[in-house]
Amino acid sequence: MTKSAALFAALILPAAVCLAETPAGELPVDPYEISNDNAGADPFEGAAVFEAFNGEAGISRVVDDMVDRNLVDPRIKDIFAASDLARLRRTLKEQFCFILNGPCDYTGMDMKSSHADQGITNREFNALVENLQLAMNAEGVPFRAQNKLLAKLAPMQRDVVTR
Amino acid sequence: MSSRFLAAAATCTFAVAPVSAAQGLAAEPGGKLLLTRGISSLEGAGGGALTPWALITGNETDRGIGASGHYSYVTLEDFDIESLGGAVGFYDRFEVSYSRMTFDTREAGDALGLGEGFEFAQDIWGAKLRLAGDAVYGQDTWMPQVAVGAQFKRSKRDGLVQALGADQHEGVDVYASATKLFLAESLLANATLRYTKAHQTGLLGFGDEASVQPEVSLGYMLSRRLIVGGEYRFKPDELAFATEDNFFDVFGAYAVNSNLTLTAGYADLGSVALFDKQRGLYLSAQIGF
Repeated sequence: MTKSAALFAALILPAAVCLAETPAGELPVDPYEISNDNAGADPFEGAAVFEAFNGEAGISRVVDDMVDRNLVDPRIKDIFAASDLARLRRTLKEQFCFILNGPCDYTGMDMKSSHADQGITNREFNALVENLQLAMNAEGVPFRAQNKLLAKLAPMQRDVVTR
Repeated sequence: MSSRFLAAAATCTFAVAPVSAAQGLAAEPGGKLLLTRGISSLEGAGGGALTPWALITGNETDRGIGASGHYSYVTLEDFDIESLGGAVGFYDRFEVSYSRMTFDTREAGDALGLGEGFEFAQDIWGAKLRLAGDAVYGQDTWMPQVAVGAQFKRSKRDGLVQALGADQHEGVDVYASATKLFLAESLLANATLRYTKAHQTGLLGFGDEASVQPEVSLGYMLSRRLIVGGEYRFKPDELAFATEDNFFDVFGAYAVNSNLTLTAGYADLGSVALFDKQRGLYLSAQIGF
């Protein structure tokens, strides 16, 4: 669906669009404009960092492992407890893949909107960073490549941390 | 239509549980990332080994109060230097520190006419205020984290340091530090400018000539627990009886966990109190909360 068509549908038939676009296993969300700009960072140039993450399969494992760690981390598990985990995993994989210059588009919400009501603190933001580092270690992503991704994600703190 | 929309919107809402509201501000446990509280400098401020950084000590974030304690030991050719101290960080914004820095002359004390094992010591009270920037999160900007600080130092050898040529046995250093993590390059850099009248950091008292001295640090992160680097600290050379050199070190700091950082290195303090080539092992343990 093109952007203008999505916008048209969003204006005319919000409920229908929301339901129609909901991937299997996910809960419907309010309509919003879909754009790679929502990813919150420009993608890398070249394929080196994408390859360091072992491509889409590696990114998928890193995101799943990170989310799994978050769900049992006493510092932040409550934030994720009521989330639509299927949607969270999918959009995070898209976001990382897009930023790592993989063959993906990001279809999730922008960082400010998606975290607006969560009341996230710096301590919680850092807890997620640690879990991401552990997940990247488990995937065997070289430390330098890990830091290149983290450097792209770090400025999102300004939109994610609201408390 | 409108009621249908509202109903749909309700089912579409991305439900999120509120975070535990029971956590009080000051009671919030520490949450800094490993190594981002820095280690403790010999003069007590959060930083590198020889120079303060703009990072605030303790594991606290902007919602808590943290603390650190350290013991550092430098064993040189003819002397030992020890530092024992503690610091409190408030809201990742303000830091106060105390350090007792001791300079043991060992056998050289005899040659200096002071007696074997004669010690010079100084108390150092420090305060540091973070003014702007974020060393860690600000990866899309060149703006470093910037802090200003002061160190009030008082020699325990009032009288003797004057006899050795100092004008005062106490003085205040004022400094500004800029710290930046270049995360995409795994590099950490710090630059500090210090306004000082101190002879050998204040261990040998203070002169009446102030000068501004640069101090630089560069670190390379090998893992989230390990950083290796070096520091160079320019120093005044105003004491008549002995030449004073710049300080230099290389170090590796390892975060055993979020509460303990161990640092080992090699320090070259140059000529100290008539004894040249004062170099040797630097060791430091820092606890943080």
